Amino acid sequence: MKLKNIVELLNAKVYCGEDQGDMELISACASDMMSDVLAFVKDQALLISGLCNPQVVRTADMMDIKCIVLVRGKVPTQDMIMIAKQKGIAIISSDYRMYSACGVLYKNGLIAGDQETI
Amino acid sequence: MSDALHLEFEVSGNNFVSAGGASDEVKKTLKMLGIGAQYIRKVAIAMYEGEINMVIHAGGGRAIVDIYREKIVIVLKDQGPGIPDIDLALTEGYSTATDNIRDLGFGAGMGLPNMKKYTDEFNLESEVGKGTTVTMVVNFF
Repeated sequence: MKLKNIVELLNAKVYCGEDQGDMELISACASDMMSDVLAFVKDQALLISGLCNPQVVRTADMMDIKCIVLVRGKVPTQDMIMIAKQKGIAIISSDYRMYSACGVLYKNGLIAGDQETI
Repeated sequence: MSDALHLEFEVSGNNFVSAGGASDEVKKTLKMLGIGAQYIRKVAIAMYEGEINMVIHAGGGRAIVDIYREKIVIVLKDQGPGIPDIDLALTEGYSTATDNIRDLGFGAGMGLPNMKKYTDEFNLESEVGKGTTVTMVVNFF
């Protein structure tokens, strides 16, 4: 699924990665605990989180995650945007709650990617 | 053993924004050296967890990294409060983190277990009141 389709499905605002709309994302994970992302995530390209601090971007970078979806209308800080730009990570924000955001994306074909993942 | 590329980093204990900066530098260096992505991922996770631990539990510390052709050796040293029961600290889910730290997305009790899980050699020495030294090795084969 292309990033621009995800933005549309989640009615999201793009804070970083405006030029990455055609980026293909094939799987996703969701968590507010970064330690869990580091422990269980395998090769997911997209992280859905309600946590909104620079360590979400650092964690994504360590895991080679290409896009962060902030839920519940969270607004990324300038620090987050700065690190994300350096790393080529897109940040978008949606008013959906996490469960709903996951449901919408899953229903539209964005899989978890691994049975063991969170 | 071939000559090592030696890197050292000061990990600040009071800057949550910059936490992870040393891991980021090491990750970039390994990429530049053409190390396989699967090994870089292991190093990045283990070192990042260690760096975060130093920031949230020990008031910062020092990361000493030696990169060889066949492996990386990471030593994380702090002068924090130390770990009274190392076996307990290595148990998945056990954490002494405060709610404040959990609000930041850490403190799930996965830090040390993750570091052990993603490294080929893991050694932890700690003395209460003096500090902790973690040595981790990831082989590139």
